[in-house]
Amino acid sequence: MPEVTRFDEGGGFGLYLHWPFCQAKCPYCDFNSHVVSRIDQNRWADAYEAEIARAARETEGRVLRSMFFGGGTPSLMHPEVVDRAIAAARAAWPAANDIEITLEANPTSVEAERFRGYAAAGVNRVSVGLQSLRNDDLRRLGRLHSAEEARAAVAVARDVFPRVSFDLIYARQDQSVEDWREELAEALAMAADHLSLYQLTIEDGTAFGARAAAGGLRGLPDEDRAADLWEATQAACAAAGLPSYEVSNHAREGAESRHNLIYWRGGDWVGIGPGAHGRLTLDGRRIATETPLAPGEWLARVEEAGSGESLREEVSRENWLAELLMMGLRLREGIDLGRVEPLGAAALEGRIGGLEELGLLERVDGRLRTTVTGRPVLNAVLRELLT
Amino acid sequence: MTDLSRIRNFSIVAHIDHGKSTLADRLIQLTGTVAERDMKAQLLDAMDIERERGITIKANSVRIDYPAQDGQTYVLNLIDTPGHVDFAYEVSRSMRAVEGSLLVVDATQGVEAQTLANVYQAIDAGHEIVPVLNKIDLPAAEPARIREQIEDVIGIEAHDAIEISAKTGLGIPDVLEAIVQRLPAPKGDRDAPLKAMLVDSWYDSYLGVVVLIRVMDGVIRKGDTIRMMKTQATYKLDTLAVLKPAMTQIDELGPGEIGVFTASIKQVRDTRVGDTITHEKKQTATALPGFKPSVPVVFCGLFPVDANDFEDLRDAIEKLALNDASFTYEMETSAALGFGFRCGFLGLLHLEVVRDRLEREYDIDLITTAPSVVYRLHLKSGEVKELHNPADMPDLTLVSHIEEPRIKATIMVPDDYLGDVLKLCQDRRGIQADLTYAGTRPLVVYDLPLNEVVFDFYDRLKSVTKGYASFDYQLTGYREDNLVKMQILVNDEPVDALSMMVHRDRAEMRGRAMVEKLKDLIPRHMFKIPIQAAIGGKVIARETLSALRKDVTAKCYGGDATRKRKLLDKQKAGKKKMRQFGKVEIPQEAFISALKMDG
Repeated sequence: MPEVTRFDEGGGFGLYLHWPFCQAKCPYCDFNSHVVSRIDQNRWADAYEAEIARAARETEGRVLRSMFFGGGTPSLMHPEVVDRAIAAARAAWPAANDIEITLEANPTSVEAERFRGYAAAGVNRVSVGLQSLRNDDLRRLGRLHSAEEARAAVAVARDVFPRVSFDLIYARQDQSVEDWREELAEALAMAADHLSLYQLTIEDGTAFGARAAAGGLRGLPDEDRAADLWEATQAACAAAGLPSYEVSNHAREGAESRHNLIYWRGGDWVGIGPGAHGRLTLDGRRIATETPLAPGEWLARVEEAGSGESLREEVSRENWLAELLMMGLRLREGIDLGRVEPLGAAALEGRIGGLEELGLLERVDGRLRTTVTGRPVLNAVLRELLT
Repeated sequence: MTDLSRIRNFSIVAHIDHGKSTLADRLIQLTGTVAERDMKAQLLDAMDIERERGITIKANSVRIDYPAQDGQTYVLNLIDTPGHVDFAYEVSRSMRAVEGSLLVVDATQGVEAQTLANVYQAIDAGHEIVPVLNKIDLPAAEPARIREQIEDVIGIEAHDAIEISAKTGLGIPDVLEAIVQRLPAPKGDRDAPLKAMLVDSWYDSYLGVVVLIRVMDGVIRKGDTIRMMKTQATYKLDTLAVLKPAMTQIDELGPGEIGVFTASIKQVRDTRVGDTITHEKKQTATALPGFKPSVPVVFCGLFPVDANDFEDLRDAIEKLALNDASFTYEMETSAALGFGFRCGFLGLLHLEVVRDRLEREYDIDLITTAPSVVYRLHLKSGEVKELHNPADMPDLTLVSHIEEPRIKATIMVPDDYLGDVLKLCQDRRGIQADLTYAGTRPLVVYDLPLNEVVFDFYDRLKSVTKGYASFDYQLTGYREDNLVKMQILVNDEPVDALSMMVHRDRAEMRGRAMVEKLKDLIPRHMFKIPIQAAIGGKVIARETLSALRKDVTAKCYGGDATRKRKLLDKQKAGKKKMRQFGKVEIPQEAFISALKMDG
């Protein structure tokens, strides 16, 4: 089915590496992260190398457009480990000329000292987990850095790396629209060309989740205030020349995260490290891979069984279509209708029409996308489309 | 067969919690009727729900052999009656089957409204009444004041009231002696044709229907062929027994005696409480007076929460109906709630008891729609129709006028809360009929529409009086009033399960309360939704549920695709629990909560 193999070409091919360790677990975070006293970094570098070599065997000849070191806190990695992983990837696949290599970093002074080492290893983009520019809120979010450290870290990053992004969390406890506008204006003044702005989400299985369930965590915005905060964010970023290209991501034209675009455009990526997911299109079939969450278990699998994968299954056409819509409709550009038609998108015609009538979806130039009012209610749009 | 002079038949009249069942237990225990090891609390209340809620639904009976101080052994038959107004007719029949009553009053609480209603039934039945003051061992007991109250309020002699503690057993021998000394022996003619009253009946899975009878005249024997005079059905007796309280076979029952028989009767519905039983061949000339068929007065829909439970619900209802002839049911379909049953009950307590049994004994989660009374529709054609379900209301242009059932409500309340109670009754379209004092306690009598009482009257009364009021009622008749059907429209679609009959003057308030509640219960949709209460085409209350403004996952990267997709699959399953009204999906939970306000 040659028309199906076009998908990965549309999205490109990338490599995700997961570093599962943090200095402390943040109370809102439900990512796969662990706090340990001692890490054998050499052993991790060996494992990454072995997994890259294994993955390359079934994706030989693919052009690597991006690498992404995510976590956890990858800025706790020794630059040597990063260097060895990048070298292994470059040896495994032909790299695009403009390959993007991103590393997530925390903005403490200790970590900022390692920035030059990462740059020397080949990292050309850093994504800094700032979260807030207010010390009170940083404490409430359980962050270990101060606003001053954060500003300094961003300054160092902009000095060292060609591309810099940072994250903020908003819709925090007791945050008014006015407070946020001010903080966001400061952030936009510091920003290079990319910003990730996430509304605080209370997830089950986190410290915040437990606190909220117990009736704590007062002053979180209700839906209407969350919507006001969202609208203020869209307006401020657009005015500063960093319009949103995805639900929570804002960039100057051309400065979008190429790696994350692979996810949202339904491309292929190899997922390496504990809890990493991957998607590969092999012989026209969509394959999902998963690895064990526990760091020790993943290492043992790599070392003893020769593969870190704990699951490999084919994604059904129905689920493939669902994933393309779920991910693609997050983007302002939406999805190419020509790419989803072979997966049975025609069956959704009636529902799409209904959502168009409500002004939440639109079809323009062969693409399906959310409107300005549709994007903040995307979950409801997806429920209508897919359930 | 016992000599008439050595039989005493009695019942116990008491308010809930005043110690009726405990006293019965002590009488049974002290006379050795039940071996000590078989004793358990509230022996006569067979069902869990009866035991837990301290109420009696079915009449029951126990035969006690008591060697009295005069050296003779007497047969004492206690008939334990349902104490609640819902079962007033059943109570009246039980009362007719005995000659005397023990009036048990909590010496710390005094006479309550329910005591009054039941004691008047006993007086109507011509009973000799022996007052008994219970809980005399408690420091708060005020026997002198309560004696005075009994004399003032009920108007019976109370100076020789017996002071007891059913809990400790204090005074129980005095009660037994008083039953023998103060209650009259039954009368009857052994040689006359058989005349017995059908007091109650119940279904036993081994024996079939068991019929409780009191023989007035003649003798009934095992193997006899009998005739039920109302239904004209004839049966051959399989077994004849007395209850001690275990069934103990006996060859014959003569005048004044109380016992049970089985006769291969299939369902309780074939037996009518109050019917007269005679011999097929040698019939009595006149039936006992006062027979009334039981008529449901409160109706509601019962729907399974899970539509897959419908068949189980049908089975359960059929089984329950085997043992409860006063409860009626027919299938009902609701766009909101799916398939269920429209059920009729003798009153609110009866409704609750049946619903609890269905949920507990048959393990079915139920949605109960707002209880409705039976309205009488006078159509312009001259036809009169009974309306059990607001959904069946015909076009208004066909209706001349509507009548609703009224009740006489008797409320006893401490003075401090009198004002609140009067206001509540007034708000519920009540007309004051009487306000007197039972000693220092006000006794309020109101003429009220039954539909205002089934709404949430009990709950409101309890809350405005902090639980200190006692309440009882009896149906008095029908009266015309300005009644209308109020519909609830969600996004301009009527929601059948929420429509109700209301008085025109109360419609705005009820409609406003309902639309406000629904606005909180229905989740926001992708479009705004008007929620309206309307009478005919006229909107009387309106709220608008705003469109959804914000519902999007903040972070969604490569590792989140699987999780997010599984979440959508879960939502797909959850959608089955939603009810669709036009474009609006209403979670079943919302109906349950909206109906709770009315329940």
